[in-house]
Amino acid sequence: MWNVADNKRGAGWPARLHVVTGKGGTGKTTVAAALAIALATGGRRTLLVEVEGRQGVAQLFGLAPLPYEERRVTGTADGGEVRALAVDAEEALLEYLDLFYKLGMAGRALQKVGAVDFATTIAPGLRDVLLTGKVKEAVSRTKDGRRVYDAVVLDAPPTGRIGRFLNVTAETARLAKVGPIKTQSDGVAAILRSPMTSVHVVTLLEEMPVQETADAVAELSGLGIPIGRVIVNASRAPRLVGAKLTPAEVRRGLKEAGLPEDRETVAGLVAEGRAYQTRLEVESTLRAELGEIGRPVVELPALPGGMDRAGLDRLAEILLKAL
Amino acid sequence: MDLDGILSDPAIRTVVCCGAGGVGKTTTAAALALRAAEKHGRRTVVLTIDPARRLAQSLGLTELDNVPRKVSGASGELHAMMLDMKRTFDEVVLTHTDPKRAEEIFANPFYQAMSSTFAGTQEYMAMEKLGQLRARDEWDLIIVDTPPSRSALDFLDAPARLGRFLDGRMLRMLLAPARAGGRSVFSLVSASFSIVGKTVTKILGTQLLADLSGFVSALDSMFGGFRERAEQTYRVLQDRETAFLLVAAPEPDAIREAAYFAGRLAADRMPLAGLVLNRVTTVSAPAIGSAGARAAADETSAPLSDLLLIHAELAEQAERQAEVASRFSTEFPEVPVATAAAQPADIHDIDGLRRIGDEIC
Repeated sequence: MWNVADNKRGAGWPARLHVVTGKGGTGKTTVAAALAIALATGGRRTLLVEVEGRQGVAQLFGLAPLPYEERRVTGTADGGEVRALAVDAEEALLEYLDLFYKLGMAGRALQKVGAVDFATTIAPGLRDVLLTGKVKEAVSRTKDGRRVYDAVVLDAPPTGRIGRFLNVTAETARLAKVGPIKTQSDGVAAILRSPMTSVHVVTLLEEMPVQETADAVAELSGLGIPIGRVIVNASRAPRLVGAKLTPAEVRRGLKEAGLPEDRETVAGLVAEGRAYQTRLEVESTLRAELGEIGRPVVELPALPGGMDRAGLDRLAEILLKAL
Repeated sequence: MDLDGILSDPAIRTVVCCGAGGVGKTTTAAALALRAAEKHGRRTVVLTIDPARRLAQSLGLTELDNVPRKVSGASGELHAMMLDMKRTFDEVVLTHTDPKRAEEIFANPFYQAMSSTFAGTQEYMAMEKLGQLRARDEWDLIIVDTPPSRSALDFLDAPARLGRFLDGRMLRMLLAPARAGGRSVFSLVSASFSIVGKTVTKILGTQLLADLSGFVSALDSMFGGFRERAEQTYRVLQDRETAFLLVAAPEPDAIREAAYFAGRLAADRMPLAGLVLNRVTTVSAPAIGSAGARAAADETSAPLSDLLLIHAELAEQAERQAEVASRFSTEFPEVPVATAAAQPADIHDIDGLRRIGDEIC
């Protein structure tokens, strides 16, 4: 569960890690960004991390591609700060080698012979350990006895790959039974399975995303990874619920409002209304299916005008209230 | 776009549908395949990667068995199959090596990791399966749905990446002792490698290196075959018998991906036939603008006010989508576009696929 109180407890508590997944096209990057803004409210500092090299965060905020470096991307009116980081597996590996093995030149030599590419190709689990390892580092980093980040929000891989991505121990345990890789992945796994982590699944009220949400929740629960909320994105306002639309009535209304009331316009409007009603019915069935998953559901409204900073703030506000 | 022209053209033998995830790629591939079989009498197979359950059921795909099955609800010769990545990889191994060696490879933990999770394995295996289907020469037309990759480019790059990997310096270094008949992985490699060797040993540990070495030397016997197939696959994609169809929705991410992909196809001299734009919002009462509808909605009561708000939002959304879609057509004016309207309910039967086909063709 999201718990603002925990965020306020200060240095003794590790930051909360919010992992945001969802089927491709559901808007998980947008939701992750809105969540990072929400958690920064009240003068806090959050880190928004992306790991898939898509530069989705930079595009969302209209910035140049992010380097492998934590940068401020936005703030909140009350002094909160959101920083963002695009993690690159190769850079993460070199940084890791430097940190733990003081490799320096040898690390660069590894890169030169393609060892990094090789290692992450032949053992894809290793790439995930590196990426999640970097996230773990950010979550637990302290400076002058205080946590650097009040919360870290991870824009994670989509539902189809999330189980494998987060189940780092199993993937690497097959390959490394002992040694530093094992130690590293055990450390990551411990954080991911602890109450400080929460995985949120973003969905639309559409068949495939709902199905994948149920599958992902089941998979992650089976892995012992804590599930947070199911976040419904782009939900429609309940309009025309139970209303019977007759063309005659619509024509009368249009006439009173001084709008065009020709046959085509009336038929067109009625068709639009009925399609909306159909969609609402489908959505309500799917909403019931989501309810059966047994996790708290938060709904974010569709923003027909597209996503901008005002839109992000609106979503952040709703998320904050749901915390 | 003349999609019917493409589907009926006997010179076109392969259609590859690609694009970002969540844009209706599988549905589009299935709808086109159905149309090719029913309307154009072509013996068609659709290779799907990860279809929605109900869509899969409607195509008669109840299990992932890597074998094309006839779709019973379709008139004409429509077959469908779902890709089994691991099994396809196993088949490739079996083709290129003797059964005893294959058993060794299958038992190696690195093979198990790579065949199930190698970044690009799914993409590579989809292309491998395409190669196999083409080689059998049983089909007039093969329609391929590409995997929901992190990037739509993954499947294009997978063959090359695999080739690079197999040719890589690292792999050759690891192989050097095996080829020389030596026992220790790094004993015979050059001095310049020794610092790297020590580092690798330190990080990975000796057991892991032994497994790795075993895997690499087992793979050694198949290198030639792997590389050759990877190159063949790539050439198949450049073939004039192939047509690429980009699938997108009028959303910024999907359009950006489609534009990136169109540029990439051109650079690789691969034949792009057009863009299918799914989930396009349509306005049925264009005589009323969004501002007028919003203003009037404030003055009236439900249900008319609701109806006017719905209309206003539709109009705003359509306007935004048109702007987003125009980013693609400004950059690639020569690429033809077909559109499909957003469906109020999900498509999961043959009739629905037929309607989609009618709409985009």
